[in-house]
Amino acid sequence: MRNRQLTRAPQPQAAFEPRIVAFFCNWCTYLAADLTGTSRMKYAPNVRVIRLMCSGRVDPQFVLDAFAQGADGVLIGGCHPGDCHYQEGNYRTLRRYHLLRRLLRQMGIEEERFRLEWISAAEADRVRNAINDMVERVRALGPLQLEPKREDREEVAV
Amino acid sequence: MTPAKPKLAFYWCSSCGGCEETVVDLAEAILDVVAAVEIVFWPVALDFKRNDVEAMPDGSIMATFLNGAIRTAEQEDMARLLRRKSGLLVAFGSCSHLGGIPGLANLFDRESILHAVYLESPSTVNPESVLPLTCHHDKGHTVELPAFHNTVRTLDQIVDVDYYVPGCPPPPRILRTALQTLLEGHLPPKGTVLAPDCALCDECPRQDTKPETLSIAEFKRPQELLIDEKTCLLAQGLTCIGPATRAGCEALCIQGNMPCTGCCGPTSRVQDQGAKILSCLASLVEGKEDAEIDRVLNTIPDPVGTFYRYGLPGSFLRRKKLNEVQAPK
Repeated sequence: MRNRQLTRAPQPQAAFEPRIVAFFCNWCTYLAADLTGTSRMKYAPNVRVIRLMCSGRVDPQFVLDAFAQGADGVLIGGCHPGDCHYQEGNYRTLRRYHLLRRLLRQMGIEEERFRLEWISAAEADRVRNAINDMVERVRALGPLQLEPKREDREEVAV
Repeated sequence: MTPAKPKLAFYWCSSCGGCEETVVDLAEAILDVVAAVEIVFWPVALDFKRNDVEAMPDGSIMATFLNGAIRTAEQEDMARLLRRKSGLLVAFGSCSHLGGIPGLANLFDRESILHAVYLESPSTVNPESVLPLTCHHDKGHTVELPAFHNTVRTLDQIVDVDYYVPGCPPPPRILRTALQTLLEGHLPPKGTVLAPDCALCDECPRQDTKPETLSIAEFKRPQELLIDEKTCLLAQGLTCIGPATRAGCEALCIQGNMPCTGCCGPTSRVQDQGAKILSCLASLVEGKEDAEIDRVLNTIPDPVGTFYRYGLPGSFLRRKKLNEVQAPK
């Protein structure tokens, strides 16, 4: 179960393209992302968007698993404080985000790789800006190279 | 002639010896074990050598209980050897199950650890700054030491593991049940953790005092307050890892008026115990503003050490990112 890895197409010394996993709330950021599309705004193609019913559904396990499977960054998009469809969900996200950010710092993972944005359904430009900005910051950091997994490692004594 | 008894082996890798103590703590029950099985290898108590194990036919040991994490080349080698010789390989105790306390060394790398231990520690006298080598030649003789890996690993990151017995150390009752299960031959599915599959809160004597809702204004460490002996420890602001920890220990620490530190690992529904308790504790924090939330969360001084005390190598991230590792000051 722990051996999965996002497939990376073989790139012969190609320029590094960051892979960002984005968890977007169904009621706000996901609709905003939809609006960026229908408004024909362009944003970097480096995000893989996963729609959830609430940013509060983002179990910290999802974030760590994304990093472990090869994501270079994780973006969470939720409703503005006070606007949560379920009243309190985004406050829980905010609290978990703060503690998870400290944990990631302790684990040597740069701050720019993990980001939380409040984006309402009307704010298409904010989706574009947040994604573009994050992709550029993560691109500057380079790939997140975690400990190789068992099957890649074989007998190498690391 | 009596039919041959099933063979059992115990071995230790990177560990403290506490798991061996569990076997001894079977007390009188160990006589039943000895009556039912033949112990063919147990370095802490019996004088068998590696050669004896090598001479055994492959798969001839019914089960090997291996405790300790894998840190050196020798431990890795012994794990592979015992895997080959055993029908069943059981990761015994937190260290071989999830990495254990030695796994916290994954916050550092080999160089900084050797530096701290052989050069910087105040009790070390090492004027020539000698560091361990894997091979040393002197006056025509060669001395070898096993290589010291950069990363501490769980047993199942090295070889296939059939079952897990959790705990630091595993409670004797859990070991007894595990042995019975294996001897009776009603084997559970491969990969099973041989302990109850519910959270510690379910068997906690203070369960009834756990409030429906909780809002924590400050996390406290055990030395910072007079702990009430009856009330839920989370409700007292202690970082009790019980909600994210597997039951089976009968809440021993809590009966001793100390919070659970999570040694039995997660239940089968959770993959990363630390992330789960982080989620649980953070959700209970009071406040809706960044500064307020940070003020409360900063009362947990060491998130990794608190949430992954027994399970860093077995977690999603496994270790601190290597190029970020620096020698401690």
